[in-house]
This record gives sequence, structure tokens and C-alpha cells, in this order.
Amino acid sequence: MSAAKKTHNTEDFLQMYRQMARIRTFEDNANQLYLSAKMPGLTHMYSGEEAVAVGICEALRMTDKITSTHRGHGHCVAKGADFKEMFCELLGKEEGYCRGKGGSMHIADQSNGNLGANAIVGGSMGIATGSAFTAKMLGKDDVTVCFFGDGATAQGLMYEVMNMAALWSLPVIYACENNGYSEYTRTEEIAAGSILGRAQAFGIEAHQVDGQDVLAVNALTEKLVDRCRKGEGPFFMELMTYRYHGHHVGDINREYYRSKQEERDWKENRDPIIRFRSWLVAEGIATEAELDSLNADIRADASAAVEYALQAKYPDVSEVDMHVYAA
Amino acid sequence: MRKITLSQAVNEALAEEMRRDPTVFIIGEDVAEAGTPFKVLSGLVEEFGTQRVVDTPIAEPGFMGIAVGAAMTGTRPVVDLMFGDFLFLVMDQLCNQAAKTHYMSGGKLNVPLVLRTNMGATRRSAAQHSQSLHALVAHVPGLKIAMPSSAYEAKGLMKTAIRDNNPVVIFEDKLMYNDKAGVPEEEYLIPFGQANVLQEGVDITLIGTSSMVQVCQAAAEVLAKEGISAEVIDPRTIVPLDEETLLKSAKKTSRVIIVDEGHQSYGVTGEIASRINEKAFYHLDAPVLRLGAMDVPVPFSPALEDITVPTPERVADQARRLVRGELIHAA
Repeated sequence: MSAAKKTHNTEDFLQMYRQMARIRTFEDNANQLYLSAKMPGLTHMYSGEEAVAVGICEALRMTDKITSTHRGHGHCVAKGADFKEMFCELLGKEEGYCRGKGGSMHIADQSNGNLGANAIVGGSMGIATGSAFTAKMLGKDDVTVCFFGDGATAQGLMYEVMNMAALWSLPVIYACENNGYSEYTRTEEIAAGSILGRAQAFGIEAHQVDGQDVLAVNALTEKLVDRCRKGEGPFFMELMTYRYHGHHVGDINREYYRSKQEERDWKENRDPIIRFRSWLVAEGIATEAELDSLNADIRADASAAVEYALQAKYPDVSEVDMHVYAA
Repeated sequence: MRKITLSQAVNEALAEEMRRDPTVFIIGEDVAEAGTPFKVLSGLVEEFGTQRVVDTPIAEPGFMGIAVGAAMTGTRPVVDLMFGDFLFLVMDQLCNQAAKTHYMSGGKLNVPLVLRTNMGATRRSAAQHSQSLHALVAHVPGLKIAMPSSAYEAKGLMKTAIRDNNPVVIFEDKLMYNDKAGVPEEEYLIPFGQANVLQEGVDITLIGTSSMVQVCQAAAEVLAKEGISAEVIDPRTIVPLDEETLLKSAKKTSRVIIVDEGHQSYGVTGEIASRINEKAFYHLDAPVLRLGAMDVPVPFSPALEDITVPTPERVADQARRLVRGELIHAA
């Protein structure tokens, strides 16, 4: 693990651990809901990438904005969302963040600055850049982080908006979660040249960071966010990470595109939560028992939220044509 | 009342709304010093500066996406899309993002933006600068579609569009930018979803959109000389559509022709005709007729282009035959 900044106290570190554990627990429960056929549709798991969302979001204020992706539960949790409203949304219930109208791929939580997941790969890059445009135009010091995967770097929209963000010095950070796979295809097969080089071509300062190291991600993000607030944006980050599950929960037999050995290696040797846990214990910040107890609390919270969501009401059918237009 | 051009009317509407609300801004290609190729925005950058009249690179999906994000976070962008044909370039940002955000978020996020663009053939601009694509976006729930038919309409509808909390697409007919009409000095707004009955009549209803309102009015004049009394209606907005006014007229006159410059197939004319058939069938004395643009890419040659769009002569001819009781099979 990289050296921690002195400004962090025990609570900051425990909060990072708690948020990563919450994401993993959320996803384990969501996966079970899918496997037991209790969840409509399908979903995309964030497990394995927790240090990216948490390292970044812990460097943001509540008023800072993020845009998320189809693999978005992690971003949503990390930006401050509650389990209950999230599970209700995944199950299409009235009390969900979007009253059941968005589902897994469209969760938005504007009260915490999450402008929403997006089911079009790369579809939120304009939105994130526009959110940064608002901050600049209205003279606010909010920063926007645009999460997207390596697959989205093949979309043209990205280059159009990075060009404008650089021309206009917008306070936006493009956070490329490079998990090695664009759906069922290795990133090397879809990305020519260098991903960082693409941002650098616009004069955007770009950094690659170990996305399994929450402290490294957090330290870099804090610096870039601070500079964005001073008008030095935009920035680009490539976070090297790994997706434990398939492209979506139904992508079970995937040996044709990646080996079980490779998956095992990442899970056993580079897991962001295991690594951070060892560091916390080694540094004397928390004991194994304290962390076990924290995990048990999170599991209990998740079980209660799942149970609540399963029993919760569906929206009344009269809501079907509500919210097509704003008043 | 003073008379100004449609172009001046749009310019005034934008200036008034930008003075009224500091979160309104314009974004698009060559909108600032150039004032767009049609010069509709001339002078605005001098008053409001380049922070609020924002020139972009030639990147329609990019600036459309930026406008969507800006609208979601507290501003009111007016996106300038130089030609309606470029709608095909911004479809994801307009139809997958802007149109659906309010619904998908369960009503928590709004996208109050205006997409200003244009329509209309016979400018000898060929197939990629002449299309009238309003029906295409009218098909997508979540968008509102306004189609001003004069300078007066253009100003009132633009001001309403900017204050609306939804994405609104406004189609200006690019051949009408220099057409003058009476526009009051005092402020006014034109509400969406309220059709305008321009002329009352008893024998036949002519429903026209945008410049086709003028075509209907010209046809009505010819018909009046022959003793045929035509009612002329401008829906003003096709989403929301003032069905009540259209049905009331159809029931009164029992004959209806709908004239629109979009392609006839799967278009606005078919939609309105179908609603009248479904809801006023027993009041009709003749099939509802559609007159749209021909189902061909807009040709360049004047000899070909002029025959692709409805004319007053064709509208009058069809109206005459309907009133006479001839059985007409639309071309």
C-alpha cells in the first residue's frame, strides 16, 4: 500500500474500509437476488473494483457530482447512497431511488450528487462535462468525476467532450476504470495505442494508478480535485483494476475469453479489500476483531435492506405515465 | 403594430430570456461573433459575452451532451443545431439521455434545455441540409416539439420553451427567417398545447405546421373565391398536441387535410389523421387526407426539389375534390 497522507485519521481509513466492504456485500446480495430469480432483469457486478469508487468518492464532497455507468452500484454506494433505497430500486419497488423506473442500470441519487448510471457505454461523458460547465458558469467550486470503463474509450463522444473540457478548463476528472475487458473482449483487442495518450493529445494531464490500492487512488484524486477547484482541470485517470464477475450476472461460462487462473490470481493476490485490511491491522489502525465486527454489521444491514425491499410495494400502475414530463 | 422578421423575433426572445434569467446560455457552432450562418444570433455575444454565447468546435454530439449535463445541474442551455439534418448526429444525447432522464430518475432530475434547429426544403441545399425531421423526435416520449409558423409565433414559443422544465426542440423554417409579421413590443408568451385557429370556416379544415400554415392560408384564399369555406389551424406544438381544437374543427367541417413538410410516411400527417379517424369518425364525410413531403431524399435540382413539397395549388386541388365528394386515394 502506498503511504497514507498525514491528514487522514483513523475514522477516514475505517470509512474507506467500510465503504469498500459495503459495496462487496451489496453486490454479493444483488448476485444472490439474481441467482434466486428474485430480481427482474439482470445486473453488472462491481466486485473487485471497490478501491476505485471509494478512493475517488472519499476525496469528494457531497456537492461534487459524479456520473456512473451500467456497472454502477459501487459508485452509488461510494457517493453516499443507502442500501434500502438501492435494493428497492433493483427490485422495481416504489421506494427505490427512482421509484422503480430506472433499475440497476439507471440508479441516480441526486441528493448525494450522483447524476445517474447510464446504460449507453460512454453515454454520460457529455453529462459529466456539462455538469462541470455549470460549475464554471455559475462560479461554484464543485468538481465532477466521470466514471467509465476501458470499453467506453472507443466511443467518439469522449474525444469531443475532452476537447471542449480542455479548451474551456472545466473542473472535470475523467476516471477510466480499466478492468481489462470490454464486455467479452480483451482491452488490447479494442484499444490501439495508449489510453493515457489519448487524453494527453488534448493537453490533459493524465495519470495511471493501481486501482486495487485505495490509498493510492484516494491520494491522487485528492490532489486532482484540489487542482480542479483552483481552475486547473480537466484531468484524466486510468485506474488499473479487475472485474471479478462476468460482464453481467448471466455471463457465467467465460473461459473462452479469460481463464479461471487469471481470476483466481486477482482475487487471491490483489483484492483491494484484503490488501487494505492487512494494512489497517499492520498499522495498528484496527484489529481483526474490530473489522470482523464491522463486516458483520454491514452484512446485517444488507440482509435487512434486502428483506425490506422484497416485501416493499411495487409502484401503483397509475405511475406508469407519471414523470414523462416535468411540471 | 411594428413588424419584424422571424430572425429578429427569435433574437429578441433569446435576449429577453437571457436578461431575465442568468442561467440561460447559448451553445453551438459559430453562435458568437458569427451569429450563426443565418445571422439569427447577431449582437447577442456583444451583450452577454462569450461565457453565455458559447462557440463550440464542430462536434454536435459533444455539445449536445454538455448541454444535457449542464441542464441537469442548474442551467438552461439553448443548443443551436445549425441544420435540422444534424439531429441524426445528436440522437443518443437527445433521445436516450435528455428525453428519459426525468422519467428514469423517478422525477428527481430535470433537463430544461431548448434545442433550436431548423427545417424546410426548396433552398437548393440538397439531401443533407433540407430535411424536416420533427416527426422523428416527436416519436420519443419526454421531448416537446414546437413549430413556429411566423415571427410572432417564433418569439412567443421560444420564450415558453426556455422557461419549460423539459427538453424542447424548436424547428424554425429556414426559408422564413426574413418573413415579417406583427410582433408586439410588450412581452408575451405562447403556451404549449394550444392550437391557433387562424381562420374559421365550415366546409373543410386545413391543418398546417410551420411554413405549411402559409400554404394552407394561400389555399384557403383560392377556395374562398370558389365559395368553399376553409378553416385553417396551426397546432403550434405537435407535442403536446391540442387534440381538442383539432377534433372540434373536424366535427364541424367533416373534412380534413393535414399539411406538413416532413416525409408523408410515418409522419405528423398520419398521426393527426389517425387521431381524427379514431375520435371523430362518425362526423366525417370524407377520408382524412395527408399531404406531406414526398418519400424521397430531397433532390438538389430545382426542377425536382419543388415538386417534393406541398404547394397551395395541391392543397386547394385536394380540398376542392373532397368537398365535391370525389373519392380520393392519396398519392
